[in-house]
Amino acid sequence: MNKILQKERFSDKVYRFVVEAPMIAKSRKPGHFIILRVDEKGERIPLTIAAADEKAGTITLVVQNVGVTSAKLCNMEAGETLTDLVGPLGKATHISKVGTVLACGGGVGIAPLLPIVEGFKKAGNKVISVLAARNKDLIILEKEIRQWSDEVIVMTDDGSYGNKGLVTQGAEEVINREKVDECIAIGPAVMMKFTSLLTKKYNIPTQASLNSIMVDGTGMCGACRVTVGGRTYFTCVDGPEFNAHEIDFDEMIKRLGGYVEEEKAAYERFVASDKI
Amino acid sequence: MAFSKEYLTEQRNAEWRVELRQQIKNKERTEIERVKMPELDPVKRAKEQRIEVNIGLSKEQAVLEARRCMDCVNPTCIDGCPVSINIPKFIKNIERGDFPEAAKALKETNTLPAVCGRVCPQEKQCEASCFYTQKLKKPPVAIGYLERFAADYERESGQMSLPEVAEPNGIKVAAIGSGPASLAFAGDMVKAGYDVTVFEALHEIGGVLKYGIPEFRLPNNTVDAELDILTKMGVNFKKNFIVGKTASFDDLKEMGFKAFFVASGAGLPNFMNIPGENFNGILSSNEYLTRVNLMNASDENFDTPVLYGKNVAVIGGGNTAMDSVRTAKRLGADRSMIIYRRSRQEMPARIEEVKHAEEEGIEFMNLHNPVEYFSDEQGRVNRMRLLKMELGEPDASGRRRPVPIEGSEFDIPVDLVIVAIGVSPNPLIPAALPELKVSRWGTIEVDMETMQSSIPELFAGGDIVRGGATVILAMGDGRRAAAGMDDYLKSSKY
Repeated sequence: MNKILQKERFSDKVYRFVVEAPMIAKSRKPGHFIILRVDEKGERIPLTIAAADEKAGTITLVVQNVGVTSAKLCNMEAGETLTDLVGPLGKATHISKVGTVLACGGGVGIAPLLPIVEGFKKAGNKVISVLAARNKDLIILEKEIRQWSDEVIVMTDDGSYGNKGLVTQGAEEVINREKVDECIAIGPAVMMKFTSLLTKKYNIPTQASLNSIMVDGTGMCGACRVTVGGRTYFTCVDGPEFNAHEIDFDEMIKRLGGYVEEEKAAYERFVASDKI
Repeated sequence: MAFSKEYLTEQRNAEWRVELRQQIKNKERTEIERVKMPELDPVKRAKEQRIEVNIGLSKEQAVLEARRCMDCVNPTCIDGCPVSINIPKFIKNIERGDFPEAAKALKETNTLPAVCGRVCPQEKQCEASCFYTQKLKKPPVAIGYLERFAADYERESGQMSLPEVAEPNGIKVAAIGSGPASLAFAGDMVKAGYDVTVFEALHEIGGVLKYGIPEFRLPNNTVDAELDILTKMGVNFKKNFIVGKTASFDDLKEMGFKAFFVASGAGLPNFMNIPGENFNGILSSNEYLTRVNLMNASDENFDTPVLYGKNVAVIGGGNTAMDSVRTAKRLGADRSMIIYRRSRQEMPARIEEVKHAEEEGIEFMNLHNPVEYFSDEQGRVNRMRLLKMELGEPDASGRRRPVPIEGSEFDIPVDLVIVAIGVSPNPLIPAALPELKVSRWGTIEVDMETMQSSIPELFAGGDIVRGGATVILAMGDGRRAAAGMDDYLKSSKY
């Protein structure tokens, strides 16, 4: 049982939660994720840790309302408790001093990007962050990212904030301007795919953090299979970060839709049940 | 940990047992026919995911079956039991109608009798070593059915006895994973007075007993009742905790833990690495069974989804394959098929499971092997290519090697494929302990007598050592590890 201590609304569909988890707050590293269950009938869903406060014994999670579990979670308030929460899971991001790091975050992907940006900055790198979303409302954690970045470029699809355009346009502008030694991309699969194609063109080593479907998150089920460099890996224990240039994104995108019909039906039942 | 010969003889010479032996002549005993397990009707049960197939013996059936046991001078059955149950003692208690005493005798060495009475391959263990099998060439005493009877009787009576527990010695030990190996370990250690904590990564205690074995074979409440006894004996259970991740071994040492038993299981499903295997609708048996058993995915009141198939192919011939294919049938498949590359004779699944599967209308495509999968535009599997096989010379396992018949490929329509071809050791613990000695398959190397690893305070057992075995072998490991750790802690200054 993990208590929600704070809840903050980022937009209609996106919320930030600070949750009590003292051991995880102490042991987690950038790139790690957790798995939680909202209630006794709930699904196990993975969420990347956006921040942690070891002294307070808390971790921060950012949740986008996209299905039954995330809707239930977004309906919860400070003071309520999550039935189960386990972690930290996955391999931590490999952080070292490489020179200039280009950090690309799309939508809620900005949340898991935050500790990685912080890590690279603290390791002595120059960090340039490109934050992208459909509109101004969906650009999250800008202030926090700014704290650990030498420069922040904001891109919105509709031009309601920052520059109008896609993440790749912001990233390419940087690449054309100066030498980039490493790129990190976290966001929707399509966004990571195109960021990866861009940096491949310029031969910039790139890591992408995958949000595959998972059940246990400990290597037991294999739901999170992904093809990287022609081999099958499990996102939960071998990832979640992989060499983006070798990821089969088309397969990955298809696999994300593996339960789409079942999820849609469940969401309709959920809405009809008036619990929303 | 096994009983001494003297002790067993002394027990056998108890007045009541002598009297019981004299009541019926052995010849009469051997003329009784082995009991048949009452079962649910196959047509009805093939729709019920959560109702047990085997109904269990009645009191009368159990007493009659218990009479078949001749209470041998040299009870070879005990040698066939990985946890050394005093088999004649519990069976003779059933014969005299003292069922609670029978359950007590079971619990002297077995933490999970109701579980073992259901899922142990008795035909390969105690029953294979029974005098009837060995010398009379007759069907053995139904030791497994009787074990289940005694354990169920006690549980249903609502008066479960607690095994005796020694004075607490205040020494903290940890078990990692909460499957059968850990539970057997925890039972023995708590009896010996240790302060035992069992750490589990998932949100439920029980490991494979909960996520893997379906309720039509092992109901969850049966497992829970046995877990409840362990809790009452003083075992602490910590869920949602991954040793090596949530906290390190060093953290646990700081918290006072003096020794560790690693039984984290073989939680890494194998795939065949053939083209198309990552299409949607192709999943491991672990994923399929976890969704249905642990997450209740087939119940609309639960949030976890599961895929339903009309034409379901399950790859493999083990118990997990049988569990998966019978689950698919119960969830409404038109065709549920086993695709197995050898013949029925080489199948590792228990005979009873294969029999039950056949009765329920499972199709067996033996001597077939998948070579490729095909999908629709959305990436969902819709067809698989099979290759016919024939049997060649015996291989390292002693079973005849399957050899492909060239040019024999053909396609069949499938919309759900469950891969049940075995598991590899879970990498989380070895990854957390770089100095731990592991084999090239990733299993932890231990002394099989004491189950001690290359790290003195770390013991291991179950599938993380064996790479994929049975509930009862894991429990045997747990018991040996408990004895080994007890010796270690008593003899070292730690």
